[in-house]
Amino acid sequence: MTIQIFLFAAAIVALLAIAALGRLVAGPTIPDRAVALDTMNTYVVGLMMLLAAAYDSVVMVDVAIVYAALSFVGTMFIARYIEGEV
Amino acid sequence: MTFLIVGILILVGLFFNTLGAFSLYRFPDVYTRLHGATKCTTFGTLFTMFAVVAYSLSKLIEKGEARFGVFIIHGAVATLVLLITNATGAHAIARAAHRSGIFPARAVVDRLEEKEEAKGGVSR
Amino acid sequence: MFIFVVSFLMYLLLVWSGGGIPLIEVLIALILASVTMAAFRSWHKGRKISMRGLDPKRWFGFIYYLFGPFAVGLAKANIDVAVRVITGNIRPGIIKVDPGLTSDLAKTMLADSITLTPGTLTVDVDEEGAFYIHWIYVEDENPSEEQVYGSFGHWARRLAE
Repeated sequence: MTIQIFLFAAAIVALLAIAALGRLVAGPTIPDRAVALDTMNTYVVGLMMLLAAAYDSVVMVDVAIVYAALSFVGTMFIARYIEGEV
Repeated sequence: MTFLIVGILILVGLFFNTLGAFSLYRFPDVYTRLHGATKCTTFGTLFTMFAVVAYSLSKLIEKGEARFGVFIIHGAVATLVLLITNATGAHAIARAAHRSGIFPARAVVDRLEEKEEAKGGVSR
Repeated sequence: MFIFVVSFLMYLLLVWSGGGIPLIEVLIALILASVTMAAFRSWHKGRKISMRGLDPKRWFGFIYYLFGPFAVGLAKANIDVAVRVITGNIRPGIIKVDPGLTSDLAKTMLADSITLTPGTLTVDVDEEGAFYIHWIYVEDENPSEEQVYGSFGHWARRLAE
């Protein structure tokens, strides 16, 4: 029964990530798009945790840790690019 | 009991996550959007992780397998990584936006712009 | 030394999967931690090996900070932002505050705390250590430290300077 909650929450978080995609496409400036991408990355990390709990696999949590670290590197690179230093 | 605690934590998490996505459309410029997006999604994801940790803790007590202990430790590490990287990433985007000449909409005061103008840097 | 100990413990923490840890993993952890420390040292020339980062008083102080004042600030910030998202009541602006911090660690800690707490977002830190903070509801155009981030300046000075 608890597993159904996790699957439900995972579906909602996936929908929210798609909602953030709208700002990624529409955003008038590049920083707006970067914010939307950062938001989506956070949602994906949360989604991975929820799915790991639902399917009972620790490996997915490890993937979430690596994803969080790599998405940070990506955000830093985009920020550097906006500043015009790359 | 587990069902109730996990359900409440998940609901709080989903509420703040939803507000985070909503704030991307509600606010007028990139800085205010960063406020909503960073704070609300970090807090929301924190609560989803609490729910996962509570679930594993109940499983650990129920079945006594060390596997669930590993789950809790890795979840805590992921939370810590997220807490540090999100704040730093938001700071980087805000600084980059201001340096590339995007100024806050409807601002009542902008000390950073005043400083840059005094140095003869970018102006509006 | 701080970097070495943290990466060593982090590796062992992530490699533990119930039961004991084989000796080979400890050796791999030692090698990886040494490589991390050497890489860090080659970026920051002139850093001395010091034990200051390992003082248990600071570690306990940091844990207390994380679960005490910081957690309270985080919760308040989120309720505040949630209300502002729903009502749309904003009065944004960028203000300047000078906390007078010198070490990089203290600046990073304070900037991150500011970003995750009520209505404030660090935009830039200049060479003299002044913080430029985006405030979502400006109450005062020349605010004091207390008004913007409460006791966080005191904590950063105490734990990380």
